[in-house]
Amino acid sequence: MSDILQVRGLTKRFGGLAAVSEVDFSVREGGIAGLIGPNGAGKTTIFNLITGVYKVTAGAVTFEGKDITDTEPYKIADIGITRTFQNIRLFKNLTVFDNVLTACHASAGYGLFDSLVRTPRFRREEKVLRDKSIELLSILGLADRKDAIANGLPYGLQRRLEITRALALDPRLLLLDEPAAGMNPDETEQLMRLIADIRDRFKLSVLVIEHHMDLVMRLCEHIVVLNFGQKLADGTPDAIRGDKCVIEAYLGGGDE
Amino acid sequence: MLSGINLIAVLGLSLLTGFAGLFSFGHAGFMAIGAYSAAICTTILKLPFAVGIAAGGATAAGASWLIGRATLKLKGDYFCIATLGFGEAIRLILDNFQGLGGARGWPGIPPSTTIWNILILDVIGVALLANLVRSRHGRNMIAVREEELAAQVAGIDVFKYKMLALVVSAAYAGVAGSLLAHYMTFIQPKMFSMVKSTELTIIVIFGGLGSISGSVLGAVVLTFLPELLRAVDKWRLVVYGLAVIGIMIGRPRGLMGGFELTPASLRRHFADRKEAKAAKAAQVAEDAELGKDGL
Repeated sequence: MSDILQVRGLTKRFGGLAAVSEVDFSVREGGIAGLIGPNGAGKTTIFNLITGVYKVTAGAVTFEGKDITDTEPYKIADIGITRTFQNIRLFKNLTVFDNVLTACHASAGYGLFDSLVRTPRFRREEKVLRDKSIELLSILGLADRKDAIANGLPYGLQRRLEITRALALDPRLLLLDEPAAGMNPDETEQLMRLIADIRDRFKLSVLVIEHHMDLVMRLCEHIVVLNFGQKLADGTPDAIRGDKCVIEAYLGGGDE
Repeated sequence: MLSGINLIAVLGLSLLTGFAGLFSFGHAGFMAIGAYSAAICTTILKLPFAVGIAAGGATAAGASWLIGRATLKLKGDYFCIATLGFGEAIRLILDNFQGLGGARGWPGIPPSTTIWNILILDVIGVALLANLVRSRHGRNMIAVREEELAAQVAGIDVFKYKMLALVVSAAYAGVAGSLLAHYMTFIQPKMFSMVKSTELTIIVIFGGLGSISGSVLGAVVLTFLPELLRAVDKWRLVVYGLAVIGIMIGRPRGLMGGFELTPASLRRHFADRKEAKAAKAAQVAEDAELGKDGL
């Protein structure tokens, strides 16, 4: 299988601080890759660079063979990459249904005029969007909550809703930023199954940032370890588990 | 009649502030542009009133597009200050431009505005806005208001939708300005000062952000209120201010904040109440039952 995402020599400097430097890695098509590392290692920065939220200082990001370095964030979704955020960013005051419906907008082509006078095209496409939203919500098990206000959902379900909203954009690559943060072991277990499920059902690739080692080791086929903005190691879970550098970074090495 | 004219400007501002989340203190500037353009069309060019209204809306929209290009990249409060500056700039330009009457004003505009064309435009204005808000374009604007970064990641071009909201809202203000000019038959830059912009913003917030029916209600109530209060003479503006403060304390989200008055919502409301009543009755019955057991 080929690589869906390739990152080459990715570097980001904030003034004198190199948040990410010379990082290379790739995500295989249909694979689930993990991005791990201690706090401040530059994991979220890499997400922000891939999705165009930050400008790249040096290096390149390639998606499906096309260079997408420094693409505007709103175009990234059209290209086929969507993400979730470490601190959940839902449309808080809207209902669960409207959160998903809004994200479905890209699947409709009707213009401003169609909206203003409600042409038959508007009605037709709007129906498609609504059906699609309902379908997604049922797949993700949120259908019975569809009229609830997003902000009022329990934490775990908010995470789930954010993933649903990302899926509404028909991504081929899904970036998940600490999806299990703040979840208990039970919820984490469920989430793990959900991610694997989504990958198979929607035929997409996943890149996940996570601190739950247990989840990362069992879920990911490939793991990239970062420390202080640099890549420390890169390989299968087993290889990572035995890597000396990684153990040192996480547990601290002795003085030599 | 003034309520109806104000309503159109308020509807436009409601889209910008209530749905796209951008505050503007320069909407009187767009009204001024609309009023003067329409007056030029009907008085100097001798064109029909309808053309004047269309021209008023179009020039205001055009001006807003230029302003938007320059200022919409600004975040939150900065945009608000930019609009404030814009509104005042327009007023001062008109003040000093003698060709259109300058500060003394411009009399002799034909009295073409009637209650009928106001009503018709009000209905059209509400209908178009309601359709817009409940489409993907409207939803995208709301998404921008709710969470800009998430909207962007969801593939929404934030700049484009802010611009759309601004242009549509300026067009509404322009149309309102045209109607005002042909209702008063006299326009003067002073009519479009910051006080007017602030009044529009107060009405939108008073009616409730994100609610069209709230804006309609706000426009009608707050335009009427000062007239009703003429009885208390020079204290009327004080009473007006107190009334606004009172309502904002009682209903911080505005009269209708986020809630729309439609047949469907009314039905839901009453259904909920019935349900609540039934639940309460059931609870009482249950309690009585328990009480019996206890004894």
